[in-house]
Amino acid sequence: MSAPVNAPTTRRRLLAAGGLLALAVRPAAAQALFEPELREAIARWCNGAVPQTGRITLDIAPLVENGNAVPVTLRVASPMTPADHVREIAVFNERNPLRDVVRFHLGPANGRAEASTRIRLATTQHLVALARMADGSVWQHSLEVIVTLAACIEG
Amino acid sequence: MARTLIHLPPEPKRGEVIDIQVTIAHPMETGFRSNDQGVPVPRDILTHFECRFEGHTVFRAELHPAIAANPYIAFTWRVEGPGTLSFTWEGDKGFQQTETVALKVA
Amino acid sequence: MKNLGSALAACVLASTATLAQAADAASTTRRSGADFMSPALQVLQTDAAQNPAQLWVQEGEALWSRAVPGAKPCADCHADGSQRGMAARHPAWDERRGRPVTLAERIDQCRQRHQQQPPQGPDGPELLALAAYLAEASRGLPWAPPADPRLQPWQQRGERLWQQRLGQLNLACTQCHDQHAGAKLGGATIPQAHPTGYPSYRLEWQTLGSLPRRLRGCLVGVRAEPFAPGADEWLALEVFLAQRAAGMVLEGPAVRP
Repeated sequence: MSAPVNAPTTRRRLLAAGGLLALAVRPAAAQALFEPELREAIARWCNGAVPQTGRITLDIAPLVENGNAVPVTLRVASPMTPADHVREIAVFNERNPLRDVVRFHLGPANGRAEASTRIRLATTQHLVALARMADGSVWQHSLEVIVTLAACIEG
Repeated sequence: MARTLIHLPPEPKRGEVIDIQVTIAHPMETGFRSNDQGVPVPRDILTHFECRFEGHTVFRAELHPAIAANPYIAFTWRVEGPGTLSFTWEGDKGFQQTETVALKVA
Repeated sequence: MKNLGSALAACVLASTATLAQAADAASTTRRSGADFMSPALQVLQTDAAQNPAQLWVQEGEALWSRAVPGAKPCADCHADGSQRGMAARHPAWDERRGRPVTLAERIDQCRQRHQQQPPQGPDGPELLALAAYLAEASRGLPWAPPADPRLQPWQQRGERLWQQRLGQLNLACTQCHDQHAGAKLGGATIPQAHPTGYPSYRLEWQTLGSLPRRLRGCLVGVRAEPFAPGADEWLALEVFLAQRAAGMVLEGPAVRP
């Protein structure tokens, strides 16, 4: 945020106001506050659809001892009939080197919309899970995972 | 041939929704690490997993470097009948491996 | 950040703890490292469909029965069912070599003498597979290393090493694992360090590994020069740790963070 070339007191007031504003909105996890790369990755995948919150849950431990292998389960409330089923589930992250984590392709043959794997998390960050339905609607769930690291560094 | 583990009920009922859990031995080298001498280690990951029943796809996954080493994938499948379930992994350096299970139905 | 965390912890420990005698293990409640893990990781260990160490167990089972060119498979000499209890009875006294022997070393020796295989060390591929297979075969049994009097001097040497300050952080094993077990070092909970689950799939390694590998990591962690490969110190520590954990339930192959 660039301040106009003004008397120092005005500039300081503007910067202070901006800083307070940033602090106030930080704790919320609405999509608008994800970093640009993550927002773009989600937008590309959504391909025009606007994600609504709900139906999909990302099941992961809130506190992780080691980010090398973190169990995660994705579940979507869906009857998985030919008329009403999940076509794809995607997971994105905020602070790994790359935004993509995994994509699952499903269909009525699965009976339930559920998939699990183990993922790598470089550090404490937000994860976003999205589900694309047969009718084109997109649903999302995001949360923050805290990642602690092994205390002793292996030689 | 990489070691694999494939877990599913031995004789499920037709129509039952079963859990299928698979693991394959693979380092999933991200391409973002360096060795002890500081030389970057090139990427070497599995990129695709696919489960087919009697030749048609019932589940597919696209894997990225963020998938942990020795990748574990679990999914569900409504049992259509007895037949061949095949599990195929593909990845960097032309990796391709398929394991099959002859499924019996109760 | 990690360096600062452990350095600060070391300062706290160094300034408050004298080199007290090791806590009498029998009089405190002994808890497995699994108890200090999150529920998610505990499930990873107990569910065979999810435990990555099963990749090695499966391979070990195949190796056990596989004929080696010009030699017999393990199964030819070791009766079926005798696998259960092998891990529970080690480290033991090796008559032939006049020193203690861990299960991993015994497997390595057996493969050399009876199957003409080259030595691998405890983290060699076939060694890990067979160790994982035999660890699972003894799962649920109480660890019962033999109370052979010839092991005593080695156990005592191991106990002295356990109590000795080491490395640039000047920490003794007992300070963390006896006096501060359950407390935090950096973001991690300090376990009591009973090696009841080896070989273990350690998430930090992203693979299965042996107890000697873990001990080496501990020495590097306190910024000590690790003992030379094959040094008596490693063996003395393993003999001591086994006696310290005697009676605890074996749970290998385990998962650890």
